[in-house]
Amino acid sequence: MTLEEWYRQDRLPHIYCAGCGNGTILNCTLRATNELGLDRTKTTFVSGIGCSSRASGYTSSDSLHTTHGRALPFATGVKMVKPDHDVIVFTGDGDLSAIGGNHFIHACRRNIDLTVVCMNNNIYGMTGGQGSPCTPYGAISTTTPYGMREMPFDLCAVAEAAGANYVARWTSYHVKELTQAIRAGIETPGLSFIEVMTQCPTSFGSKNKMRQVSQMVDALRANSILKDKADRNKAAGIPLEPGKFVVGELVRRSNPVLGGRP
Amino acid sequence: MTDKTEFLNGNTACAEGAIAAGCRFFAGYPITPSTEVAERMAVRLPKIGGTFIQMEDELASMAAIIGGAWAGARTMTATSGPGFSLMMENIGYAAMTETPCVVVNVQRGGPSTGQPTMAAQGDMMQARFGSHGDYSIIALAPSSVQEMFDLTVKAFNLADRFRTPVFLMTDETIGHMREKVILRSDVEITPRRELLEGELPFRPGPDGVPGFGTFGRGLGVHVTGLTHDERGYPATDSADLHEKVVRRMVRKIEDARNEIADVDIVNPDAEIVFISYGAPTRAVQQLLADYPGIYGHLNLRIVWPFPDAKLGEFGAAKAFVVPEMNLGQMAREVRMHTNVPIVTAAKLGGALHTVAELKHAADVAATAKAPVTEVVL
Repeated sequence: MTLEEWYRQDRLPHIYCAGCGNGTILNCTLRATNELGLDRTKTTFVSGIGCSSRASGYTSSDSLHTTHGRALPFATGVKMVKPDHDVIVFTGDGDLSAIGGNHFIHACRRNIDLTVVCMNNNIYGMTGGQGSPCTPYGAISTTTPYGMREMPFDLCAVAEAAGANYVARWTSYHVKELTQAIRAGIETPGLSFIEVMTQCPTSFGSKNKMRQVSQMVDALRANSILKDKADRNKAAGIPLEPGKFVVGELVRRSNPVLGGRP
Repeated sequence: MTDKTEFLNGNTACAEGAIAAGCRFFAGYPITPSTEVAERMAVRLPKIGGTFIQMEDELASMAAIIGGAWAGARTMTATSGPGFSLMMENIGYAAMTETPCVVVNVQRGGPSTGQPTMAAQGDMMQARFGSHGDYSIIALAPSSVQEMFDLTVKAFNLADRFRTPVFLMTDETIGHMREKVILRSDVEITPRRELLEGELPFRPGPDGVPGFGTFGRGLGVHVTGLTHDERGYPATDSADLHEKVVRRMVRKIEDARNEIADVDIVNPDAEIVFISYGAPTRAVQQLLADYPGIYGHLNLRIVWPFPDAKLGEFGAAKAFVVPEMNLGQMAREVRMHTNVPIVTAAKLGGALHTVAELKHAADVAATAKAPVTEVVL
């Protein structure tokens, strides 16, 4: 099977805005499934609502495009009935952590054998650029016109605390590392959470002085600190600077799994 | 395999009916007075190769049974009013995506938290119209523990036949009362029609229902709650397509009203006719036994789609009396289909209608002139 065959060709081109990072993330995900040689007939993609959720419609395997925030419980149903299937969930920061926040922590607690790819663009893109639980402090959105006054979620920390077996964070700039992380996530039994910091020039960048796609990708790259370096800094008592985030494989463990392969 | 006779409560009989019908995935969240359904499933399913999961809430439960259905299982959840309210968004998703699944609502007093341990029938209109947009569903209403078993089986068959969520709209009384029940070993099972190779997953067959593209067959089916074309692809900006899709999904059920209808008709020549479903049916049956040959009775085992043609069987009817454990929800529906005066015998609070109250309502009905009269019990 070729990489192209993982795409639902008659649905292309996709609806994402010019410069959106979601196409890159979809590409990395399908590259991972292809490299692993997954059985397309035994792979299901599930998504909720929003820009991220449209990704499931571009895959050629069975796919469920569900309701806002509920991708994880839908995926849980699929996985419990078909434990020999690989179930991969596309979600966004608003979808996963606001309306879907409770499902997120419980899917991690159950450590159900799903791979969750979260496209975190710090904003509600499809709905028109409202603030999300991941909008950075001070950032402008259509519902935070004077600057966000709430602290953002650290989604990877939530996943780790709630019990996921595999947690990693990369950006849309780190395509090789991201593909490798999704591969590792699929291969690791239990809940795998891969957060991808990605650019939304249309809704986020245009309001926050980053109209150019290159500015956004450069900022993602410049703000990411590799885990090894972050660990060294931490040991030396140097705190993480505001606005920076750690990238790399953050958690890999083998706690008991729900819905694993029989 | 032989039939087993047991003395069970309605909720337990419902779980046994589901298992007999081939349900192998149950996702639910505890809520009084429905929990015995989940508890029985938690004990039974793992022993027969099925899966039980207690989800974090009712939204998740409804989502999980839809996911499980696409993965190939017959799936069910059980809840009561407040949980049913929470399920509404995903019930609409099941209707839009034509996903067969069964939802049991053991009704309690509402609105809001209301009376958790008391019976009611206050969710009948929510069952029909609770989710947003236009759609149609099928709902059954058992009035005995035996019917909890039998109608649960039937619910699964109808869900697969029409590719739609099917509700078992029962109540605390039927859920918790114990009666002798025959657990039939050879129930009839109507399989869902599988999508054929090369068939489009949302193109209707001759009966208006598309074949079901179960996941894992290599068909690459895309399922979305957005308005979709016959390939299942989102097509949200065509007025014509949206109209066509929604009308077809409503019609596949509404046009089959007479096929779906399941009623008992007693004394069709009577002048005063009771129309009931669920727990009040039992009081009506007692009234008919106490005053033989006087009153007619239309007992609805299926309430949605409303079997309006059956009203015509009572050609001599001078009034319909509708005893309900709500303020007249199904009575409104009856009114839509007849010019015969209607008397609603509404009762809230969980206490059952007494025979004396029904007799009083019948006496009021004998002189009823107005289209809808509410009798004070």
